[in-house]
Amino acid sequence: MNLAVKDIRHNLGRFALTALGIGMLLMIVMGMGGIYRGITEDATLLVDKTGADLWVVQRGTRGPFAEVSRLPPNVVDRVAAVDGVTQARKFVYHTVQREHRGKRLRMAVLGLDWPTDRGEWLPLTAGRPLAQNHYEMIADRTLGLDVGDRITLGKDIFTVVGLTDGMIDSGGNGLAFFTAPDAQTVQFDLPGEAVRLERAARRGRADRIDLSRTQPPLVERAEGESANIPALAPPAISAVLVRVQPGVDPLVVASTISGWADVSVYTREDQRQLLLAGPVEKAKLQIGLFRVLLTIISAIVMALILYTMTLDKLQSIALLKLIGAPNRVILAMILQQALVLGALGFGIAYLIGQRIFPRFPRRVILTDGDLIELAAIVLGISVFSSLLGMWKAARVSPNEALSG
Amino acid sequence: MDNSLAIETRLLTKIYGSGNTEVVAMRDVSLTVRRGEVVALLGPSGSGKSTVLTAVGLINPPTAGQIFINGNLVVDGPRTLVNPTAFRLAHIGFIFQKSNLIPFLSARENVQVAIELAGGRSGTALRRALELLDYLGVADRADNLPAALSGGQQQRVAVARALANRPSIILADEPTAALDRSRGRQVMELFAKVAHEQNAGVIVVTHDERTLEVFDTTIEMEDGVIRPDTRHARHGLSTETSQFKV
Repeated sequence: MNLAVKDIRHNLGRFALTALGIGMLLMIVMGMGGIYRGITEDATLLVDKTGADLWVVQRGTRGPFAEVSRLPPNVVDRVAAVDGVTQARKFVYHTVQREHRGKRLRMAVLGLDWPTDRGEWLPLTAGRPLAQNHYEMIADRTLGLDVGDRITLGKDIFTVVGLTDGMIDSGGNGLAFFTAPDAQTVQFDLPGEAVRLERAARRGRADRIDLSRTQPPLVERAEGESANIPALAPPAISAVLVRVQPGVDPLVVASTISGWADVSVYTREDQRQLLLAGPVEKAKLQIGLFRVLLTIISAIVMALILYTMTLDKLQSIALLKLIGAPNRVILAMILQQALVLGALGFGIAYLIGQRIFPRFPRRVILTDGDLIELAAIVLGISVFSSLLGMWKAARVSPNEALSG
Repeated sequence: MDNSLAIETRLLTKIYGSGNTEVVAMRDVSLTVRRGEVVALLGPSGSGKSTVLTAVGLINPPTAGQIFINGNLVVDGPRTLVNPTAFRLAHIGFIFQKSNLIPFLSARENVQVAIELAGGRSGTALRRALELLDYLGVADRADNLPAALSGGQQQRVAVARALANRPSIILADEPTAALDRSRGRQVMELFAKVAHEQNAGVIVVTHDERTLEVFDTTIEMEDGVIRPDTRHARHGLSTETSQFKV
């Protein structure tokens, strides 16, 4: 006869409610673990998905995610000429926050190196890759856009031609993919008045030096479009993505490019570590500590519940001892109830979590490994939390049955 | 019928505290109970009846004295010479005044658990539990929880549980306290029947003097000692004079 099961059946309603409460608590612990995992996965998602072996960024920076990196576009051609490189692509990355249909639209803009890269590597769930150099975009579902939606960014209107799923940046913002020139246009867009004022200012600066007297046509040129002034650099890109040829060691190529005075080179693993140690480190630490605290709180709550359940049974425990039940029978009953409570709580946490976590604004990723780890923690909590009840039960004297 | 000694106590003394706080709960209590004999232990509250019962039940060892059960020395002074838990399970049945059933077990399971704790197999325990409940006239309530039973039915189930492992002695503490007169009498008569049919020595602590004719022997206690000349044999069973020292 299993005394633990009999007692649970007798107090089924209360036990079920207790298990539900424990389950909700464990669901938060599980969710925290999932958010922790989600932050890590999201942070490195782009690095993994782009498939670049090397990231070439502005010298001395840890860009383009951990900090801003600006490179002249011609670095792409220089890198492409390095022995062992099979492909070099522009990478433009920045974040914008605009209004769309009266709602806030915050997205991470990523420029693809048209026509080399049209976004074929993206996990499209609807629509198609980019098919023209301008005015098309691929959006992640988290942005709330649909194929065919038209969105105004700066002075241009872009049409959503494809949708991805789960493509977000380290901050949890949905990614929007444009051609690199469009991404730069969005990044460096200025209102017409600002452009006019800048041109006038350039003219003013030219007038203040003797250029106006020695080369008057150049002064007139200063009032024109920036693209027509050779002295002004074209818009900078964020990084260059490099793929090396099969069989070539990326470190050898990195060593060559690192010799240049204007760039820094990171391998894919370097970039992952930069992301994990940079933008998401504190968020990870905070959530990790919060998870530890919640685990401790769960253990304390479970211990108190089991202790209270034991207190409710003291008369029965004394009676069982009086009729000859050894301590191990009583302790096994409490331990079994703790394990059932833990197992039920874990099951409830998992079932509710499966329905609630997808509605969270950030990804909550439950991996098998994390679930097994949490199950082991719950097992530990169950055993630990039953100790107080077992200690109390072990101290009950059979004499107490006579006082009832 | 075997009427050898089931219980013998020799000069049992129990003292709580020491010095100014010393309280003598019982002093030099010597008594005997034979198999098949039902003994009533009478006396006012605080007279030491329950102390005698818990000492004989190996729950609360005495400060001094000896206890023999079935002729074997099991308690010598404060030392218990056997494993009290295992010994209780095998040789002693307990019945109390109320709340003496495990509330989350049915009537049948309350009996069954005692048999299984003693090593009985589940099937055997089930059959024996049903036999006992039938013997005590509560077989029709076997699947009811204690809360659904009347006071008298609960006591019958408690008696069934006490008999579960065929104990040689049964100890009952105020078993009729929660019952009305007629049900109290029925339970006391049940004890007599059980003691005689099961050949067990029974000690019943009681205040209820209305049912004394049911007992084979009565012993009165006062201030922790057995009152002199208060052991009365009623049904021809052999009796012995209780020792009394001040």
